[in-house]
Amino acid sequence: MTTSTAGARAGTKILEVADLSVSFVTESGNVSAVDHVTLDLAPGEIVGVVGESGCGKSVTAMSLAGLLPRSARVTGSVRLRGTELIGAPETSLRRVRGKEIAYIFQEPMTSLNPVLTVGRQIGEVLQVHERLSRKAVKARAIELLSLVGIPSAARRVDNYPHQLSGGMRQRVMIAMAVACNPTVLVADEPTTALDVTVQAGILEVLRDLRDRLGTSILIITHDLGVIADIADRVVVMYAGRVVERAPVTSLFARPQHQYTHGLLNASPTPGRHAGTDRLQEIPGLVPVLSKQPDACTFADRCPAASDTCRGSAPGLSALGSPDHLVACWHPVEAT
Amino acid sequence: MARYLLTRAWHSALTLVLASVVVFLGIRALPGDPALALAGEDRSPEALAAIRAEYGLDRPLTVQFGHYVAQVSQGDFGNSIRTGIPVSDMLRTALPVTIELSVLAILIAAALGIGAGVVAAVRRGRPAEWAANFLALVGLSVPHFWLGLLAILYLSVATGLFPASGFVPFFEDPVGNLHHIILPALILGTGLAAIIMRQTRSAMLDSLSADYVRTAKAKGLSPRAVIGRHALRNSLIVVVTIVGLQLGGLISGAVVTESIFGLPGFGKMTIDAVFQRDYPVIQAVVLLTATAYIVINFLVDLVYSLIDPRIRVAGDAA
Repeated sequence: MTTSTAGARAGTKILEVADLSVSFVTESGNVSAVDHVTLDLAPGEIVGVVGESGCGKSVTAMSLAGLLPRSARVTGSVRLRGTELIGAPETSLRRVRGKEIAYIFQEPMTSLNPVLTVGRQIGEVLQVHERLSRKAVKARAIELLSLVGIPSAARRVDNYPHQLSGGMRQRVMIAMAVACNPTVLVADEPTTALDVTVQAGILEVLRDLRDRLGTSILIITHDLGVIADIADRVVVMYAGRVVERAPVTSLFARPQHQYTHGLLNASPTPGRHAGTDRLQEIPGLVPVLSKQPDACTFADRCPAASDTCRGSAPGLSALGSPDHLVACWHPVEAT
Repeated sequence: MARYLLTRAWHSALTLVLASVVVFLGIRALPGDPALALAGEDRSPEALAAIRAEYGLDRPLTVQFGHYVAQVSQGDFGNSIRTGIPVSDMLRTALPVTIELSVLAILIAAALGIGAGVVAAVRRGRPAEWAANFLALVGLSVPHFWLGLLAILYLSVATGLFPASGFVPFFEDPVGNLHHIILPALILGTGLAAIIMRQTRSAMLDSLSADYVRTAKAKGLSPRAVIGRHALRNSLIVVVTIVGLQLGGLISGAVVTESIFGLPGFGKMTIDAVFQRDYPVIQAVVLLTATAYIVINFLVDLVYSLIDPRIRVAGDAA
């Protein structure tokens, strides 16, 4: 079971995010995107961050290596092997990006540069971080393309992105991301733009990379199926906050936050909906907050909300097992 | 790629043929009888008939056109009515001046425009952008002739930094040549520089917010590589198109600039010919301008396909 192996390796954390908050200064005022997010990643572990669009999961991912635009205010701490990255100078962040923390983005078509060959785009990372010769760069690019399962890589290396299919492009993105053997791979919705069959292949590549290279992976998605498929641990986010954090089996078996419970009820899971024909949706939308209130941000959509929920914000605490944390005043009873 | 170029070359050739027909008919459609103009004092029917026979004006239009094409294709544009000098000789001395002036103006405009455009986009919302925007507005709004006069007044007459007019061929005196031509080229390039700056700026703003630029940053590339290799190269596709469309404006700008600075170029030759109703010269000048347009458009397409690989493939598939 992946959970136990990850647990065994979890002694040293490779990435520790503590109290990370991000807000944006916009023309229409302040927008709070991420509020005191805490999460960590052990070597070789795959952690899934799940939530609806606008819950702050992508902003969290981008802030790790300082990729947010200048309008973002970031506070808190992101430590990579103990080194603080928040507030680090741009030059040292550049050495981290691509080399220590690498990214895969959602849209492989727009995320690859249309006017450069895929070999060139992979080669760039190698030239910047490894200082390889031109010839070695090309050889390594071909090697990487085969590693991520692209057939006839020696020919594909000279292709432009538009000459490849969506799945192939995402494999190129992955090849580019793992080129320098990064410690942490951040995959921001890596399968969202792809067909289901292609999705499975991409997840397989990610799992394979973790097994072979020991890369820690932070996978951002709104798809619980992807989480169930690949993650060791899960972080559930809602309106910028972490509302539940648990090992994947524990979360799917005993969701404790009302929101997580609602999410699971809203997605088709075999056996879960015995007796009901319809999936249950969560009414309402994720709120856009200018300021984080001292209240549960889910209260307005929550079936169990009380005055306590509207009066003060719940903190993360363990109810049953010590590694299953939930921030809820009225957690779903374990059945 | 080869197929794409062949298609474009074929289209260019067709346009050129049409342009020559229009030029040929346009001259014939003008009011007034050229024979009368040539005859001078002696306007007897015999003299006029002799002139018509000499110039082939008594033959059908199609025959005249065939004759005209045959001559032009050999570089024979006839003689100037005013001076009797072969038009091809006039072109031989005038064209190099204009080509040098235009090429220099384009280089200056591209360097200034692309540079300022990139700075304006990268330093968005800061003084550098405001300065670039202001300069672009000035470059667009101020007419060449006025800017040229100001330059002559302050940079030539008052300070003597540059000669106010005249020209020295490059191969006789390269330094003197540049000294004479740099100021006109700068003036001629200002409008184009402003247009290039604006296009570069907006194209750069687009590409800087594109996903692939985020990818490039996430790879740990230096700002220089992110801006130059990723954002600028994609922006240049738009810029090249706009520059291509504006090059025609450069030709008319050259006419004005050459007149002001007294450069013996194609533009000055055009103005003189128009004022003197020198039809053979006008005819040659119009045809050459049309040809220049067509050739420039073809070159722009060529550059296009070099920058954007997607165009190459699309052309091959067609």
